[in-house]
Amino acid sequence: MLSWYYIKGILTLAGIYLLPVLGLSLLTGFTGLFSFGHAGFMAIGGYTTAFMMVKLNLPLIPSLIIGGLFAALASFIIGKLTLNLKGDYFCIATLGFGEAIRLILDNVQYFGGARGWPGLPLKTTLTTVVIIDIIAVILLRNIVNSRHGRNMIAVREEELASSVIGINVFKHKMMSLIISAFYAGLGGGLLATYLGFLQPKMFSLVRSTELTIIVIFGGLGSITGSVVGTLILIALPEILRSFANWRLVVYGIIVVFIITARPEGLFGGKELSFNFLKGLFKRSVSKARGEN
Amino acid sequence: MKKLVSLMLSVLLIISLFSGCSGKQASSDVVKVGWIGSLTGDQAVWGISESSAVEMFFEEINNNGGLLGKKIEVVKYDTRGDGTEAVNAVRRLTGQDKVIAIIGPNSSGQAIPISSVLEEMKVPDIATVATNPKVTVVDGKVKPYNFRVCFIDPYQGAVAAGYAIDVLKFNKAAILYDVGDDYSQGLTQYFEETFTKKGGKIVAKEGFKSGDVDFRAQLTKIKDANPDVIFMPYFFKEVALSAKQARELGIKATFIGGDGWTSDQLISMAKDAIEGSYYVNHLDYNDPTVQDFKNKYKEKFGKDPELNGYLAYDACSMLVEAIKKANSFEGEKIKDALETVDIVGITGKLKIGKDSHNPEGKDAAIIKIENGALKFIEKYQVQ
Repeated sequence: MLSWYYIKGILTLAGIYLLPVLGLSLLTGFTGLFSFGHAGFMAIGGYTTAFMMVKLNLPLIPSLIIGGLFAALASFIIGKLTLNLKGDYFCIATLGFGEAIRLILDNVQYFGGARGWPGLPLKTTLTTVVIIDIIAVILLRNIVNSRHGRNMIAVREEELASSVIGINVFKHKMMSLIISAFYAGLGGGLLATYLGFLQPKMFSLVRSTELTIIVIFGGLGSITGSVVGTLILIALPEILRSFANWRLVVYGIIVVFIITARPEGLFGGKELSFNFLKGLFKRSVSKARGEN
Repeated sequence: MKKLVSLMLSVLLIISLFSGCSGKQASSDVVKVGWIGSLTGDQAVWGISESSAVEMFFEEINNNGGLLGKKIEVVKYDTRGDGTEAVNAVRRLTGQDKVIAIIGPNSSGQAIPISSVLEEMKVPDIATVATNPKVTVVDGKVKPYNFRVCFIDPYQGAVAAGYAIDVLKFNKAAILYDVGDDYSQGLTQYFEETFTKKGGKIVAKEGFKSGDVDFRAQLTKIKDANPDVIFMPYFFKEVALSAKQARELGIKATFIGGDGWTSDQLISMAKDAIEGSYYVNHLDYNDPTVQDFKNKYKEKFGKDPELNGYLAYDACSMLVEAIKKANSFEGEKIKDALETVDIVGITGKLKIGKDSHNPEGKDAAIIKIENGALKFIEKYQVQ
């Protein structure tokens, strides 16, 4: 039996990581842009939130929102410069951005530099995280189902065709990037007040790749997939703790297995919704009747 | 195929769920002590040495009749050297395994974020080589459940600077440091402070980034500044590379470094380039008590312990002393007893300060590299 205290920690962490994953899901899964710099947006959000709370004594929620907005602002600047780059080039630009943010923070002694910033207020609880997550999921679902969301999917599927029929490709890419950076910034802020400590090292390239892995693992173009994927992949290393040194090897094997068995990810392009469940129920009922 | 794979996965996951909590119920005659640190990742060499030393220590205790009549079981978890992982591991140790105390971790980035969990669960922790002052004290307040067994960055940086200027009589220093590393930044700051306070001059300060292998650009600038001594506060791999390149460029200055130099591989990697250099360490390897531990370790694991092994061993001695003093396995009582620990370990005097939770007045050992071997020069206290 696992203790609730321990499980609560894992769930909180999964809930925190869900935010950047949702953001990345919109960017990669729905708009078709790969980013390896989302840890950089998390870092901006985290440090901004910490600054607001420690230096300006703002409460948690406004600080988080300001953190998210700062990350969004940074993404706007990056987007202006790089979004016209095609595919792989954009990906490399975000990678460079993420590393640059980390190196800058390493040397800003005001925030503690590479040695980090301890003693931040501990305000993140599981309840806060779950409430923010629910709001984030509902918002994202509405974005995806709106006209803008449809346009983003069109951009993902066929960029040239969508610009021919009058979709402003650049604008939709930019929107997607800004929203996803905002989500990542929120996640960074929550992480800061959960650990009470920030260090640039936490936001390395490895963190960015982990986020992308979770999105692909959950399934591109599926919000449900992102939620389930986050829960599984954050909990997995913890479940495997008893393997000690082999833990990460097993983790890697499991991820590779699932990706090879289901290249589209767990929920590639599908959503688990109320209607879907109703349909499933109806189907199984009619099946049962047909057998009688 | 798909079905087979998913079946295999589910079986694997179910097995792993139960393997963690196998039928070993904590019986009344066993208490658990936790250890966390890096068993994987770039600090794995040090983490493995620590966990081996801790294992060895408690094996001895158990073979000699245990502690307060109970056997000790060590529960070890890997953190990958990551702060978030460390928090998860400590939550597991305290919430699920119900350990009485934790040894480790091996870096400040892991030791700082676990404080809140320790305080909530009332379990003391003794860090091994987490040298950032903020591990035990933040904003002038001591963290009740965080302790450590090593001296701190300000002390180490000050010792290196003091030794360079007072003993070696060098007045012009250059610093080459890793801009992306917390340890390197800390030592640099305190070296600079002490060196300038004592009337020395920092003639050049150049940075590189973790993972760099070519330091010629920075070294060329340093050469132009013509220092007497170059301070190199980073780890042995980069030390070997930068020392070699410095000598190639014709730099004659003496090198001085911190405990990051400590490794069997330093001399074999750097060869003659490092000859005549000094570094600050935690202990004198020729001390008889040290020899005893070293031989036991080598016999059991087939290789020499890393520096972390010595410190982890001392952390265990500290813990056992505190448990005996408290005559109890309750976290709070152990914590109170830890504040009064005053013993001599293999790495020197361990007298824990009540307001700092650091070992106070611990001498630093100055090691010189002479004729391709490490030579202990003296125990040094900065004035």
